[in-house]
Amino acid sequence: MRPVAILGAAMTKFGVSEKTNLEMFAEAGLEAIARSRLEPRDMEALFFGNCLGDFEEGQLHMAPFAHAELGLPVSAPATRFESACATATVATRHAALLVGAGVYDVVIAGGTERATKMGTSLATRTFAMASQAQHESAAGITFPGVFAMATHLYAHKYNIPLKDLKRHMAGVAVKNHSHGSMNPKAHFQKKIDIDTVLGGMMVADPLQLFDCCPFSDGAAAVIVADAAKAKDLIKDPVYIAGMGQASCGPLYVQKDLTRVLAREASIAQAYKEAGIGPDDLDVIELHDCFTIAEILALESFGVYGFGKAYDAATKGETTLNGSRVVVNPSGGLKAKGHPIGATGAAQLTEIVEQLRGESGPRQVEGARIGLVDTLGGDLGTVCNIILTNGVN
Amino acid sequence: MEYKLTFNHYQQGLEQGKFLGLKCNACDSVIFPPAAVCRECGSTDLTPTELSGKGAIRTFTVIRVAPEGRKPPYIVAMAELDEGPWALGNLVDMAPEQADMGLLGKRVTLGSHVVKGDTYATDDTHVLTFTLKAP
Repeated sequence: MRPVAILGAAMTKFGVSEKTNLEMFAEAGLEAIARSRLEPRDMEALFFGNCLGDFEEGQLHMAPFAHAELGLPVSAPATRFESACATATVATRHAALLVGAGVYDVVIAGGTERATKMGTSLATRTFAMASQAQHESAAGITFPGVFAMATHLYAHKYNIPLKDLKRHMAGVAVKNHSHGSMNPKAHFQKKIDIDTVLGGMMVADPLQLFDCCPFSDGAAAVIVADAAKAKDLIKDPVYIAGMGQASCGPLYVQKDLTRVLAREASIAQAYKEAGIGPDDLDVIELHDCFTIAEILALESFGVYGFGKAYDAATKGETTLNGSRVVVNPSGGLKAKGHPIGATGAAQLTEIVEQLRGESGPRQVEGARIGLVDTLGGDLGTVCNIILTNGVN
Repeated sequence: MEYKLTFNHYQQGLEQGKFLGLKCNACDSVIFPPAAVCRECGSTDLTPTELSGKGAIRTFTVIRVAPEGRKPPYIVAMAELDEGPWALGNLVDMAPEQADMGLLGKRVTLGSHVVKGDTYATDDTHVLTFTLKAP
């Protein structure tokens, strides 16, 4: 495969939006194209992410409409991707695979979601559609419920009193909200403390409101290009060093939910392709849909051993200017927000900006290698992309 | 390739109080609920079998913010069955307020209850239940 670069990357503000899915995607997409010093007519294909447009707006087959919004040429095919919360990362990976294979030179990838339009009750129902329908969502399992079950398993398996584990999980929320307070694009830009987290309403025992990311609206897009041409277009392209994607079945197949098997397989592929290991990462944007999810992810990456990442945030090891590796400087899904079809492309946008030194007050000094991690559904899909700025 | 034990047959089993799964003739593992291939070894040489309906709770949660059409609170749990598979269902003989970490490892008996279809998943479905007290 030939080397692949990311040129421009952009996201809308995440939060509650009055704009349609297409309007949000057009904003992010056109900005990503402009930042790449390109025109819409230069795009050879659109890899478009959206999960729930049919419930949000009664809109299926949104890809060709997004294509028209951006003014792409008729010869550029637009294809919709749906991998639950990992949608935009999976779309970008497939864009990069086809650019790497020489099928296209320049493509646009990303996604859009307007989740707040549904309201909590319908949104909870539709998100639960990403659980196995006959055996699991029929039992009334919800997304918070999946990670709540993982939390109880984690506490039991590693013999950590639940009360202690919850305090450390609250530390993850406090850290990510603190990072989000420095991100003008974040859904929530306010710091919180441990008492706020532990005082929140119970959503799915033992997860409380502030253990959970919000339903959000937003869009994000990246321009993926042949690395040989990237330098001619912009001065500081970011390169894709390695990618991985893996799949696992329903929860009853996964069994021990503290071990995200799809992530372990995906990150192994990405490390191998990039020729790096967990100690080489300077900055990580990972899938903290729930506080426990950040802990599980850091263990899957090998940044921490199994059963060892639970107190990383409270020990200050994963915070900006912390002692180990900066995790979710954007605020993560927790504070930046989680418009599911757009999330992966927003994580990529954050890492691209970090590797270019464009992140302002939340800049990770000297960041050279960054990891994007996105999880789809109830641990059924994981996609990882490792980026580098090519500076040794 | 003929599907050995369909969801429909599995559902009919639950209606009669039977827990139908498959035994892999290649590696001896038990597949529950039924599937087209053995999850352990990939073999399609499978024979229908009936499980004991006994197991132990491995984890749980109490759902307090429910999907549209559901009335919270209720308990969702995962149990490891004596034959090896894990299964997800509703723990039905404990008040949600009493559910705590003490549940983990508790022996349970399987049953099922009918969940009414909704706008999206229109079929009424037999869903597994767990009870702490033997019937």
